[in-house]
Amino acid sequence: MAGGHAHLLYRHGDSVVHRLPAHAKLISLVAFVLVVVSTPRERFWAFAAYAALLAGVAALARIPARFVIRRMVVEVPFVVFALLMPVVATSERVVVLGLSLSQDGLLSGWNILAKGTLGVVASILLAATTDARALLLGLQRLRLPERLVEIAAFMVRYGDVVTAEMQRMRVARESRAFEARHLGHLRVVAQGAGALFVRTYERGERVHLAMLSRGYAGAMPLVDNAPVGVSGWVSAATLPLAAAAVALVAGALA
Amino acid sequence: MTAPLDGIRHADATLSLDVRGLAFAYPDGHQALFGVDLVVERGARVALLGPNGAGKTTLVLHLNGILTGGAGSVRVGGLQVRPQDREGLREIRRRVGIVFQDPDDQLFMPTVRDDVAFGPANLGLRGPDLESRVARALEAVGMSDVADRPPHHLSFGQRRRVAVATVLAMEPEVLVLDEPTSNLDPASRRELAEVLDSLDVTLLVVTHDLPYALELCERSVVLSGGTVVADGPTGDVLGDAALLREHRLELPYGFDPGSVPGRRPGYRRPGYGGVRPAAPTAGR
Repeated sequence: MAGGHAHLLYRHGDSVVHRLPAHAKLISLVAFVLVVVSTPRERFWAFAAYAALLAGVAALARIPARFVIRRMVVEVPFVVFALLMPVVATSERVVVLGLSLSQDGLLSGWNILAKGTLGVVASILLAATTDARALLLGLQRLRLPERLVEIAAFMVRYGDVVTAEMQRMRVARESRAFEARHLGHLRVVAQGAGALFVRTYERGERVHLAMLSRGYAGAMPLVDNAPVGVSGWVSAATLPLAAAAVALVAGALA
Repeated sequence: MTAPLDGIRHADATLSLDVRGLAFAYPDGHQALFGVDLVVERGARVALLGPNGAGKTTLVLHLNGILTGGAGSVRVGGLQVRPQDREGLREIRRRVGIVFQDPDDQLFMPTVRDDVAFGPANLGLRGPDLESRVARALEAVGMSDVADRPPHHLSFGQRRRVAVATVLAMEPEVLVLDEPTSNLDPASRRELAEVLDSLDVTLLVVTHDLPYALELCERSVVLSGGTVVADGPTGDVLGDAALLREHRLELPYGFDPGSVPGRRPGYRRPGYGGVRPAAPTAGR
């Protein structure tokens, strides 16, 4: 069997961070990100402190740096945007390495890059230490609307199934000597995508039928056995609280 | 217990299924069923045979009230399917457990345990009751050790067995399987037969796999063109070459249904006699 999407981001382990309740981790992540984005961009040392905090979490969870860095690829489009900022922005110019760059653009680019990276790394750490099912449970406990949790649950479950179907269609195309060589071949690929959409839609109907057959009446019961202790909340709060302390100092020095 | 088809013992609770005069046309005008009668006694094992397009799936979807609105009536353990009666419909869906053809359609929760718990949880079970239900259902299909795995990490045969567990957990009156052997390798096919054989539940197996019907079911019903064209002991039905030929049913090459004992234990002649040709052309 092909490895699931659920396992692409998740790294199995049994650390303090892994054991924290998922909803506490989710809240902690959101709080951390809020603190980071509200920090003035000129306080360079504060961002270093945030990064150190995340490194601490990664060490606690025994997540190797390589694991995190490889998953940071999703950030690339934002990095490109951040790198363009100093070139295209119009304000006072400074010369860096022989290039005339906008000072404001440099700061904006740094702002996006630093805050974005911290958010991405924090999210990767959450995903690496919380399996998909626990995340869904966490969202449910946080009273996220039922429909959204269901949609997320189906994405987790059927991501692989749809990907496998897409693979099979590609293999079937290529087995009949199809190769996407020029733009005209886009039509074939688009038709494949259309067929995939129809198939997925029909599968959705069959799944709904199977759900109705087992008494589905609008609520998705995820079995939730884990008791939630106060200590879990306290441990999870450590990261955003430490970040908040950094932010306060940064604000006071302004 | 006999149940004459033209009788009036409509609320007979010893009948797992009691379908009378069922006719149904899809909204596009295609009529799939033309007056189907089907009586299945509690504890019986019945195969529903028929070519593609015979109306088998349409019939199955009537059994738990997914499709309604045509003529005729469906009763499950004496309770009539009424689309307006939401409470009744819930009970009907508990009583009729359908195992669909593609386990990927049936298994939609993040883990096997969640999926098996889905049905009983919808019925209102929680906590230890729910857990023991789930454990028993997984035990019954020999899948206890995969409870915490995501369904897409199981083999196809395992997924099929888990799919059976998901409906067993609802403690159904009748278990309906739609093409249970499709896409199974021979070993998984045999394992599934062993699981099904061990269950103490009324069984309706919809299949093209005629030897499987002979192995599992003492009685076979042939549905063709939206009507029941034959109903009798599986050995007799499969031994009727003219009937099979007429309704596009074929035995595997070299298979002689008379050469194996077929399923007999517990078979009580329900008063149908042998093959009961419902249409004059059925070849008897």
